Amino acid sequence: MINLERVTKIYPGTSMPAVDNVDLEVPRGEICILIGSSGCGKTTLMRMMNRLIPITSGTIKIEGKSVMEMDLIELRRGIGYAIQQIGLFPHMTVAENITVVPKLLGWDKKRMDERVDELLTLVNLEPAVYRNRYPRELSGGQAQRIGVTRAMAADPPVMLMDEPFGAIDPINREVLQDEFLKIQAKLKKTIVFVTHDIHEAVKMGDRIALLDAGRLIQYGSPEDLLTRPKNQFVKDFVGADRALKRLDLLKVRDAMLKDPVRCRTDDSSEKILEHMLAHDLNFLLVTEPGNVFRGYVNIDMLRGHKGRIGDLVRPMTITVRPEQNLKDALSKMLTYDLGIVVAVNEEELLEGVLNSRTLVSVVGETYDESGGHWGKITTGGRVI
Amino acid sequence: MNDDISREKSFAGRFWFAVAFILTFVAGVYAEKLGFLEFARENPDEIWILFVEHVQLVLISSAISVSIGIPTGILLTRGFMRRYRDWILNILGICQTVPSLAVIAIAMTYIGIGKVTAIFALVIYGLLPIIRNAVAGLAGIDPVILDAGRGMGMKPAQLLLKVELPNAMYIILTGIRTSTVINVGTAAMSFLVGGGGLGDLIFSGIAMVDAGYMLAGAVPTAGLAIFMNWFMGMMEKWIVSPGLVYE
Repeated sequence: MINLERVTKIYPGTSMPAVDNVDLEVPRGEICILIGSSGCGKTTLMRMMNRLIPITSGTIKIEGKSVMEMDLIELRRGIGYAIQQIGLFPHMTVAENITVVPKLLGWDKKRMDERVDELLTLVNLEPAVYRNRYPRELSGGQAQRIGVTRAMAADPPVMLMDEPFGAIDPINREVLQDEFLKIQAKLKKTIVFVTHDIHEAVKMGDRIALLDAGRLIQYGSPEDLLTRPKNQFVKDFVGADRALKRLDLLKVRDAMLKDPVRCRTDDSSEKILEHMLAHDLNFLLVTEPGNVFRGYVNIDMLRGHKGRIGDLVRPMTITVRPEQNLKDALSKMLTYDLGIVVAVNEEELLEGVLNSRTLVSVVGETYDESGGHWGKITTGGRVI
Repeated sequence: MNDDISREKSFAGRFWFAVAFILTFVAGVYAEKLGFLEFARENPDEIWILFVEHVQLVLISSAISVSIGIPTGILLTRGFMRRYRDWILNILGICQTVPSLAVIAIAMTYIGIGKVTAIFALVIYGLLPIIRNAVAGLAGIDPVILDAGRGMGMKPAQLLLKVELPNAMYIILTGIRTSTVINVGTAAMSFLVGGGGLGDLIFSGIAMVDAGYMLAGAVPTAGLAIFMNWFMGMMEKWIVSPGLVYE
C-alpha cells in the first residue's frame, strides 16, 4: 500500500509547485495510473516515491513506512523501476540485466539463473534463445519486456513504471499490455503507472489519478472518470469520445442478450419454419442438444426442406468470448459487416448474442441519460 | 553466403600477405644497401639493451599516465566538478600544443637529466589523450541508463564500476592506445636528457650522418609503435563488452 499525504514538490528557483499538495492512496495489489498532459507533475510525483527526486514537503509512506526514514539504497532496491526509454545496460546480457537487483541483494548464482528462466518464460521469451543476447540484439518490444522483467526480478511488492510501453508501436503495445495484465492478475503487485494515454489508463488502471498543474483533479476507477467526470477539465481530458472509451471497460458479457432464441440440430425443419413464420423471424441460431453452438439457419433455407435442422445448419466462424471487451467485439462486427455476433465460451457453448443496438444502448446507459437533442428513447415498440 | 565471405576474406588475406612479402623484401634490400643490416648483425646486444630501455620508458610512463589520467577523468565527470570540466580540459589542450621537445627541455631545467626527467616529461605529454577520452567516454553515457541504475538502488561507486566504466571502456582504451603510441615516438627524445632508449641510435646516427646507425634505432621504434597499436587494439576487443559495438 502506498500513502501520499499533502505531497508537494517545488523545484529550486521556481515558485510554482510541480506537485501541489497531493493526497493519494494506492491499495495493495492495484494498479494506480498517474495521468495528465506533459508537465502536469505525474512523473515528478512517481519519482518522489523512490526518492529519485527529493520531496519538498508532505509524506509518502510505503507499507506504512515513510520513505524519508528508510535507507535510500534499500528503499530503491525494494521497489521495481521501469522507464519509458527502458534503460537496459548495453554492456550486459539479458540475463545480467535482469539480475542487476538480485545481484545487489546478494542472491546466489543458482537462484538468479532460475529466476532469469522463470521471468523470461513469463514474458514469452524462450530463455535458451534470449538469455545471452545483448540489448542491441533485441527488438523494441523484446527490450520493453526485458525492461519490465528487470523491474520484477527481485519480486518487489511495489513497482513504479514510467510509460513502460510508451516507446513502442500500437500493435505491440496492446500485446504487451495484455501480457502485463495477465501477469499482474497472478502477482498482484502494487503498481504506480505513469502514462499520458487515456486508452492505456482505462485499460490498465484499477484507479486513475488525473493531474493538472501539479494538482490532483480526480481520483477514482476508470468507470468513475468516464461516466462521472468531476469537472470540465476531466471531461475534456477523457475526451468527447469517452462513451467509446467505455467500450474498453465493458465486457461482452455485460452487453449481450443472454439465452437468445434458438433451435436445436435435432428439431424438425418444418416445425421450425412454421415457428419462424409465426413469429416473424428470418433467422435463427442453432445449437446441439448440449448447447454447443453450431451456426444458424434462415428462413429461405428451411422452405421446402424435410428433415432435421442439423442437415441445413451453416457455421458461423466469427464469434466472440464473453470476457472480451466490447471494443474488440465491435471492431469484429464492423470488420466483417455483421449485424450480430455470437458469444461462445471456451467449450463452444452458446452464451449470448450481441447486436449493434444492444451495444449502443449499453454503452450509452450511464453516459447520456437525457438522450440529448432527441429526447429520451425508450423501448415499447411503435408509438402510433 | 558465409562461404562467399570467407572466400573473399581469404583472397584479400592472400593479396595483402603477398604485398607485405614484397615490401619486406624491398625494404630488406634497401636496408642492406644503407648498412642497417650489417650494423644490426654486428651490434645485436647494443640494440637489444636500448630496445629494452625504450620499452621500459614507454611502459612506466604510460602506466603512470593511466593511473593519473583515468581517476582525473572520473573526477571531472562527477557532478560537483562538472562546471570546471571544460575549463580544465581547455588548459590541458593548450599544454598539449607545446612541442614534446619543449616539454622535455622544460622538465630538464627543473629536474636535471636522467630517466626520471624523461619519464616525467612522457607522463605529462601522454596524459591529455587519456583524460580527454575518459571524460568523453564517461560524459557521453546515455543518462537514461544512469537513471535506471540509480532507480534500481545502485550506490554511486557501484554505478561507476558496473555501469559507467564498462560503457565508457571503448573510448577510454582508445585514449590509452593513442597515448601509448605517441609515447613510443616521444620516448626516442629521452636520449636528449640522458634517459636512454632507442633515441640513442637515432640521434647519434643523425649526428654522424650514418643511415645504418640511425635505422637501427628507427626501425625498432616504428615496430614497437605498430606492435603497441595492434596489441592495444586486441585488448579493446578482449575487454570491451560485445554488447557495445562501435563499428
